[in-house]
Amino acid sequence: MRLEQRRIHIKDIQLGNETSVKSGVLTVNKEELISKLKEDKKIKDVKLDVARPGEKTRIIPVKDVIEPRVKIEGDGNGFPGVSTKMAQLGDGKVNILYGAAIVTVGDIVGFQEGVVDMWGEGAKWTPFSSTYNLVVDIIPVEGLKPHDHEAAVRLAGLRAAEYVGEAGRDVEPDEVKVYEMGSHVEEAKKYPNLPKVAYVEMLISQGLLHDGYIYGVNSQLILPTLLHPNEELDGAVISGNCVAACDKITTYQHQNNSSILDLYEQHGKTINFLGVILTPELTTLEGKFRTCDYTTKLCMNLGADGVIVSEEGYGNPDSDLLMICKKLEDNGIKTVLITDECSGRDGMSQPLADTTKEAVAVVSTGNVSHVVKLPPADKVIGNDKAIATLAGGWEGALEEDGSLQCELNAVIGATSEIGYHNLTVKLY
Amino acid sequence: MVKEIERYGIPIVHMSTITTISESVGANRIVPTIAIPYPVGNPNLDKQEEEDLRKDMVNRALDCLATEITETTQF
Amino acid sequence: MKFKVLYYVNQFFGQVGGEDKAGMAPEYKKEKIGPALGFNGLLGDEGEVVGTLICGDNYFNENNEEALEYIKNVIKEENPDVVVAGPAFNAGRYGMACAGVVNAAAEMGKKVVTGMYIENPAVDHAKGNAIIVETKDSAADMRNALPKMAAIVKKLMSGEEVGTPAEEGYIAQGKRLTVFAKDRGSKRAVDMLLARFNNEEFETELPMPVFDKVDIAPAIKDLSKATIALVTSGGIVPEGNPDRIQSASAQKWGKYDVSGVDSLQEGGYETIHGGYDPVYANELPDRVAPLDFMKQAEKEGKIGKVFKYFYTTTGTGTAVGKSIEFGTEIGKELKEAGVDGVILTST
Repeated sequence: MRLEQRRIHIKDIQLGNETSVKSGVLTVNKEELISKLKEDKKIKDVKLDVARPGEKTRIIPVKDVIEPRVKIEGDGNGFPGVSTKMAQLGDGKVNILYGAAIVTVGDIVGFQEGVVDMWGEGAKWTPFSSTYNLVVDIIPVEGLKPHDHEAAVRLAGLRAAEYVGEAGRDVEPDEVKVYEMGSHVEEAKKYPNLPKVAYVEMLISQGLLHDGYIYGVNSQLILPTLLHPNEELDGAVISGNCVAACDKITTYQHQNNSSILDLYEQHGKTINFLGVILTPELTTLEGKFRTCDYTTKLCMNLGADGVIVSEEGYGNPDSDLLMICKKLEDNGIKTVLITDECSGRDGMSQPLADTTKEAVAVVSTGNVSHVVKLPPADKVIGNDKAIATLAGGWEGALEEDGSLQCELNAVIGATSEIGYHNLTVKLY
Repeated sequence: MVKEIERYGIPIVHMSTITTISESVGANRIVPTIAIPYPVGNPNLDKQEEEDLRKDMVNRALDCLATEITETTQF
Repeated sequence: MKFKVLYYVNQFFGQVGGEDKAGMAPEYKKEKIGPALGFNGLLGDEGEVVGTLICGDNYFNENNEEALEYIKNVIKEENPDVVVAGPAFNAGRYGMACAGVVNAAAEMGKKVVTGMYIENPAVDHAKGNAIIVETKDSAADMRNALPKMAAIVKKLMSGEEVGTPAEEGYIAQGKRLTVFAKDRGSKRAVDMLLARFNNEEFETELPMPVFDKVDIAPAIKDLSKATIALVTSGGIVPEGNPDRIQSASAQKWGKYDVSGVDSLQEGGYETIHGGYDPVYANELPDRVAPLDFMKQAEKEGKIGKVFKYFYTTTGTGTAVGKSIEFGTEIGKELKEAGVDGVILTST
């Protein structure tokens, strides 16, 4: 597969009367986008706003973040199986509004939504403080059941990204990245002496606000499955707005999965990258055993010498993570894990809910309970009172002057377990 | 929590789905349950079947409190 | 202005005498004695040792209260910025004395530094409050230990960040702090894997936790007379969550009187747990905490009765330290109430 990612550098977003990209400025036709999203009968109203890096703006409660793109060559524009018709992803050319992001907010569906601060202290903790964010505030019709509410919000975000992405169709890119990799046989012939590495990406698959989707298939329903890395980079995997804000893999992070990109970077140099195995984190023990066995089997069938496993969420999935690690190591496969930890607000607690001696190489992406204090914003998009009910917030987390105290739990992407951000934990 | 309560000498049964975690952290009496969102139940069953299942699980948990054990045991 | 250091040593390092003087009561001298002298030199222009406290190791351990009272008074009078003790190397009694002194000083709001050999039993007593420089097991290591201790004291006083245990040579206090790394997590993972392939050294960022064991409580003799309590970490609370228990990373637990209802459903309960799909628990909260069938067992005479209160908290993202605290508090109440057995459900 060969995927050409053509980046159009976005330097600002404006709301206006047309949708276009001119000299790096993305203009979005406000009325047109709103009426497009309101075609969904579950959506009563939509509000749009823009948050720029450095502005004293707080966005809350954030559900998902999506990168606007348009496929200009090859199959599958948008998100096949979800918002557009089924297509094989991974080949072709895609124009990317690089530096822009769609951020969905609106009434809380679950506790797993979060905060993005665009400036100062808060900006350090989230990767989405450096993107120009088009914030889509979605107000659903009354009486929607939680599952339907979540689905409506999820789709609206994806549709908004598709709509905005179209603006880049005829724009010349500032930068072109090519991701190309042949079959396992071809690559092994090219790089016979390089160690073979697979990437296991675990996806929370546990119900409302806890599911990932692959070509529209709920990850709860799958056996672990193998993807060409280009497929994920081309939009095959989307977020079901899962788990705590700090370690949910937003759609944007799937589209730009840092583990895939960093492994790709080494492909043909120090390793032979075999691909991505998507592994569900299920709610039954039988399911966890089956998933663990099946994931290990796939790695062995591929002839992997090494594997990187990334978790999504914490608590019971710690068990999946360590089970998979043990089984891989028992079969002679060198394994590196990426996870965050729950060491308590004081950092004095055991970091994981489970333990196994085989896990000797672990990257920690931060303590979800690390408390941060975020100064008052000049402008709040959404509703900052939501912090009282979000995971990582509490009653009284919002102070009278508008400053916010919360655990990293509530900060979007802070402790990303695909290693998207740069936090770690040190023992003091 | 399980261990701290047991430290007072009160027998305690951990009803949990992910028994691997229960065992790792050191629970002694464990009754495996159905699934994380519905440990003591199963909405996929019809009403009577679910009630039978739930009653059986609770009784199993109660019985294990009255059972002497010498090592971590799943009931 | 120079910051003020008060120094604590035992009878030996205080140059009073050996084991024969181990019974001496504490004395305070406005001088720099033994290691205090060398330490003072290492502070340069930044700080000064204002005096040395000397106490016999036996005296301290046998007359702990009296010794500490004297020492606290000296600290109060001299009002130093920092209290430094030892290093005690592998000396057990000296170590315990250093731990006692630094803990008392820390309580009084002083910055505290000491030094010990990693296997000194006093390490566990002192590390919560003090930075303990790791020394070798004998006094021959004094010349290495003092500069490290002085460097840390200087950083504490200047406000400069104290580095990691490895960088500064102290014993980890066990605090896992979130900090920014040079590279993003995925890059570090790839680098770690490459290091493993190349048989190069690498360091895990998360050593696996160790969980202790607890003695098995004896079984209930007669279930039909027993009182059984129901506890859950599934976040089941009365509608509206009156006690505002957090949906993740809980900081508290709640207890609710369920003596008047036959099920949690009847009692109007719901889940606030942020870690699972709440739809099924909200339909029937007894799926998470089966009060209904416990009540039925009570009616059928299988058990004596269900304890009046139901205990609940949220298990997701809740630190082990917190859950230990909750378990200890809840267990104490159950013990005092004469509860015979407990069902604890987790999601």
